[in-house]
Amino acid sequence: MRFSGLKVLAEGLTGNKGWGAHWRDAQPKPEYDMVIIGGGGHGLSTAYYLAKNHGMTNIAVLEKGYLGGGNVGRNTTIVRANYFLQGNSEFYSHSLKLWEGLEEDLNYNVMHSQRGLINLFHSDGQRDAFARRGNMMINQGDDAVLLDREGVRKHLPYLDFDQVRFPIYGGLLHPRGGTARHDAVAWGYARGASDRGVDLVQNCEVTGIDIEGGVVKGVQTSRGPIRAKKVAIIVAGRSGQVAAMAGRRLPIESHVLQAFVTEGVKPVIDHVISFGMGHFYISQSDKGGLVFGGDLDFYASYAQRGNLPMKEHVMEAGMTLMPMIGKAKVLRSWGGIMDMTPDGSPIIDKMEGIDGLYIDCGWNYGGFKAVPASGWCMAHLMATDQHHEVAAKYRLDRFRTGVGIMDEEGTGSQHNLH
Amino acid sequence: MRITCPVCGERDRREFYYVGDAVALQRPDPDASDVVWDDYVHNRDNPAGVTRDLWYHEGGCGAWIVVTRNTITHEVLGTELASDVKEASA
Repeated sequence: MRFSGLKVLAEGLTGNKGWGAHWRDAQPKPEYDMVIIGGGGHGLSTAYYLAKNHGMTNIAVLEKGYLGGGNVGRNTTIVRANYFLQGNSEFYSHSLKLWEGLEEDLNYNVMHSQRGLINLFHSDGQRDAFARRGNMMINQGDDAVLLDREGVRKHLPYLDFDQVRFPIYGGLLHPRGGTARHDAVAWGYARGASDRGVDLVQNCEVTGIDIEGGVVKGVQTSRGPIRAKKVAIIVAGRSGQVAAMAGRRLPIESHVLQAFVTEGVKPVIDHVISFGMGHFYISQSDKGGLVFGGDLDFYASYAQRGNLPMKEHVMEAGMTLMPMIGKAKVLRSWGGIMDMTPDGSPIIDKMEGIDGLYIDCGWNYGGFKAVPASGWCMAHLMATDQHHEVAAKYRLDRFRTGVGIMDEEGTGSQHNLH
Repeated sequence: MRITCPVCGERDRREFYYVGDAVALQRPDPDASDVVWDDYVHNRDNPAGVTRDLWYHEGGCGAWIVVTRNTITHEVLGTELASDVKEASA
């Protein structure tokens, strides 16, 4: 099934009865060339690009729940390429370019909206840091515009510019930044992979990884054993548990990150905005809800829900920045489980010492925008056993050697600091 | 989440600073290999269930506390002074 204007018209006239399922609900076969553990955004995009770019289709994606039921369905949907450090810059730049062609490529409306992202600053020091970041973004070939106070006012007249404690000095505008419909990204990749022959197997929990003589042989699952020549672990917050099945410990601690949405209101916020003096960022969904979030709760957690102190902080920061949202009622809040690395940067690598085992994890709180490039680079690694040039620095051994630590926030490469 | 400080009693979680896994109490020998140190500094069991982590009572008495906690339910199962834990393991 492909979407087209004609199809929309025809279905509209015939009661929308002919759309059909978007992907096959496959039964697991006893053997595949490759098994991908985890049917989230990254797992599905990896399967899609393995099929599309490398012609490999004898692949299963094993998902313990339902497709796209994890972080890809729980994030705040922001897409941007405003990274500073070499290693991150080229990767997220590549990802944004993939986003820009994604709907055409997938024939799926992921509602990618490049509405512009503005990171506000509130001091001279922050202005210097953002000017430098903007220059790095331009060097990478992406776009950045340093706005002064009046420049910000033109875009965001409703902010509290003269807030006594945190007056707004200006902002860094990333015009190509924006949002996308998170679920549709998972669905689009799922359909694209399934159409090319990839088996998407839901309700199939991996319970063990079979390794003989340092070579991966397959996986044990709740739906029976499956043999495979190559196995990829792409399970975000659950990376620790799955890696343990291969006898490995990872430089990852799983934390909860909360997000919030208000009742739907009329269009009022046209951009993605982040506050520079408290943990708060916001955008408005196409349904009208104000979608916002803050920082981690800052303790290890798998609960998919947070505690009240961070809720209070986020609400306070939001009210400080834009008091106009004060009457909007919060509809719901939720939490996602973030696979946090010590330096805040991800891992796309082979598992050293176990042939045929690969890992894609450590996306911290920024995995959504990375979905296209992560899949692209992980597929490249699994198909060719070579690191893709834009993900060449996402190595697992950087923590042991100390070479290539990418601490984008500059807070220190330590577990409790990101 | 409320945490019982062994010195001050039950307090709001906001009084405490989270440091991380209580592995910090098992510092390797300075001459241990890079693999041992990497494991100590970076790698974690990261359990979904009962864990033991180290908190600092920053907004209270300044004690270092080992908190036994469930990462799935956020239930706090017990707290001990880190100095007691360290002495017991010595």
